[in-house]
Amino acid sequence: METKMQEKNISANELEQCVKCTVCTAYCPVLKVSVIYPGPKQSGPDGERYRLKSSLFMDNNIKYCLNCKRCEVVCPSGVKIADIIHSARETYGRQIPKVRDFILASTDLMGSVASPFAPVVNAVTGLGATKFVLDKVMAIDHRRTFPKYSGTKFETWFRKEAAPVQGTFKKRVSYFHGCYVNYNYPQLGKDFVTLMNALGVGVDLLEKERCCGVAKISSGMFDTARKHARINIASMEKAMSDGRKVLTTSTTCTLTMKDEYPDILGLDNTSVKDGIVLAIRYIYEMLEKGEAKIAFKEGYRARAAYHVPCHMEKMGLSIFTRKLLKMIPGMELVSLDSNCCGIAGTYGFKKENYARSQAIGKALFDNINAVNPDFVACECETCKWQIEMSTAYKVKNPVSILAEAVDIEKTKKLNNA
Amino acid sequence: MKFDTIIIGGGLSALTCGIKLAKAGRDCLIIASGESALSFNSGSFGLLSRLPDGTAVEEPLKAIEQLPSSHPYVKIGIDNTRRYAASAKEFFADCGISLRGTERNLWRYTSSGKMKRCWLAMEDTTAFVSREDKVGDKALIVTVKGFQDFFPGFVAESLEKKGISCRCESIELDELDMLRSNASEMRATNIALTMEKDKIRKSFVKEISRIRQDEDMLILPQIFGYEDTRALEDIRKAVGMPVTFISTLMPSVPGIRTQKMLKKAFEAAGGTLMMGDCVTGAVIEGGKIKSVLTSNLGSYGLEADNFVLATGSFFGKGLASDFTKIYEPVLGLDVDASEKRDEWYSSSFFDRQAFIGFGVKTDNDLHPSRDGEAISNLYAAGSVLSGAESLYEGSGAGVAIITAMYAADKILEG
Repeated sequence: METKMQEKNISANELEQCVKCTVCTAYCPVLKVSVIYPGPKQSGPDGERYRLKSSLFMDNNIKYCLNCKRCEVVCPSGVKIADIIHSARETYGRQIPKVRDFILASTDLMGSVASPFAPVVNAVTGLGATKFVLDKVMAIDHRRTFPKYSGTKFETWFRKEAAPVQGTFKKRVSYFHGCYVNYNYPQLGKDFVTLMNALGVGVDLLEKERCCGVAKISSGMFDTARKHARINIASMEKAMSDGRKVLTTSTTCTLTMKDEYPDILGLDNTSVKDGIVLAIRYIYEMLEKGEAKIAFKEGYRARAAYHVPCHMEKMGLSIFTRKLLKMIPGMELVSLDSNCCGIAGTYGFKKENYARSQAIGKALFDNINAVNPDFVACECETCKWQIEMSTAYKVKNPVSILAEAVDIEKTKKLNNA
Repeated sequence: MKFDTIIIGGGLSALTCGIKLAKAGRDCLIIASGESALSFNSGSFGLLSRLPDGTAVEEPLKAIEQLPSSHPYVKIGIDNTRRYAASAKEFFADCGISLRGTERNLWRYTSSGKMKRCWLAMEDTTAFVSREDKVGDKALIVTVKGFQDFFPGFVAESLEKKGISCRCESIELDELDMLRSNASEMRATNIALTMEKDKIRKSFVKEISRIRQDEDMLILPQIFGYEDTRALEDIRKAVGMPVTFISTLMPSVPGIRTQKMLKKAFEAAGGTLMMGDCVTGAVIEGGKIKSVLTSNLGSYGLEADNFVLATGSFFGKGLASDFTKIYEPVLGLDVDASEKRDEWYSSSFFDRQAFIGFGVKTDNDLHPSRDGEAISNLYAAGSVLSGAESLYEGSGAGVAIITAMYAADKILEG
């Protein structure tokens, strides 16, 4: 009887665990710069108690949540505050996504359309006149620098240049590259394939890859996100059927597929959850178990400032990046203070969020300027846009840093690759 | 992945232990599932204010001799307790946290204006040598309009009993009034963040000068000093009369600032922090922990030579209960706790509560046991330990700091 009573009291996302301690409020980066957002406690567990009674209690300003998940990281009671907030946006929300939201959220569709015309698109999105129109008509802030589109999609490069040799490797992984690598920055994908191959591991793509869904969730397009998530889960199940892992280089895609699929979209991902592994962790574990060896270039020197993206912090994987980068002789790794950069994917592109986004990031930008590194190390692509737009420093994914520091030929020999 | 020491927990005890080890050159990992009770600290640390028999304590380091042998202070040795207590001020000063205190307990105001004993006071806390001490005869008690976590009326009532006449005022500034549009989140920390701006603080001080009549002392809530103590010092200087700061409801500005400074000191000494992760179990072989597992890392074990359990009490989830038992949920360690549920608590909330004294059973070196078998490379520290009724005795911070220092030294002695 006792257990049954307790079981009946369990609600979604640990709502009933909240003891109203208010610590989340003290650490919310949005609240620090703006009062329009009701704050994590009010938007999350406090508001939810009322919303459960009537949807009239829904406050649309909860949309100003960045979904950085810092509230969840600091919560002493394990409440999934951000998940409560974003689930409420779907359950009680009355806002229909605008055309602007659709465009920002459709990272995959826009990528497919823009890539073939990359030089034109890049030139046009860089124009003052275009930014003026986007700002006035679409409410995409004119001060924002647009990510550049690449002329050749990563998938196209991979099929042509890399795929034919992957069959020669006994050990194989699948790669979920994400929209960013595919359309905006194929170099990261190329670095990943080069590095994995040198370590003696072959790389395949998933049979079907769709956008992980994060941009759609944040723009309120939950059904589309769910549709794509189902395709991704099915493709990953297929790839994992022979024990293979699915590696990622994007922290946010990883978090979305592992945690948001069940917590916000309500999808069962248990068949694939543990098989999705951030590349940096996979590489570290391989080296640790002695399954691969690595040789670094002589004379490599760099002073990097490490910014842990919010979602990396939430997943608790930064220890792998730190340990790996510290293996590089000649690498001086300086840790930046734990702060949100403020962009949170498409959040910072929206006109109504621009000022808030930059104000949130200020502490991080000041910290980077004070450290004055050769470059910033960071696993997240949208942090990269934000930091590169707001400071004078380049941002490199740890996978690319490794690819740069590793003596590829020597490493290949060590692994008989 | 292997570390020299892994500390489970992220509060006062865990950070004290971690800083000490990291400064001695050990590769140290802290795994913390969320922020700790330090976020609710009222601006001071207690060592011992009352003995279990109810006797009030003036000199805590003398009084510890009268504690039972099951008390952590006695377990680790009275001389050790004294030595670590004496080193605390310097230890925190090295982390940028300035504390005041003597061999005798000091007196501080509670959030309702009552007086309580304390051992070390943070810069936000006005501490008095005697209970009868007062700063002035006429107090101006000032709060921010709309701030719901500070109660000038209660404070005035208590002070008037001491013969201090009081006048309560609230100040309204545009910048602070902005916060009111979001009343539910108008907390001490949010106000303190706004008060970091020199301009706003200046306007605030100007308002105080305007409303001041013939008062000779000022009382303010602890809403200054979010990042460091600069704003606090500035306010003290600027208002032109003695200021007494009084703690607010949570989250606490001095507590959160202290927590952040300790984390910084730990990372600066080379320590690694894993926030928001939760240890789910351990691999124990031959009476030693080999590795611990966490909810984020799944089956990937984190290894270390030594482990410290500083997970806190019930709020920190270091201890848990169900209908039939009190248990240690992380590693399933043996506990000192009554088996009879009706002995756990008194139904009157303000009574002394037995469950506060429950905790992990250890030997005198703070090694816990599981199923009666001691775990030789594990130490327990802080409020997860049994034997201290921290709330009744006023010993929470003292036990956290002193047992953490002891565990760190045991590990360093190897």
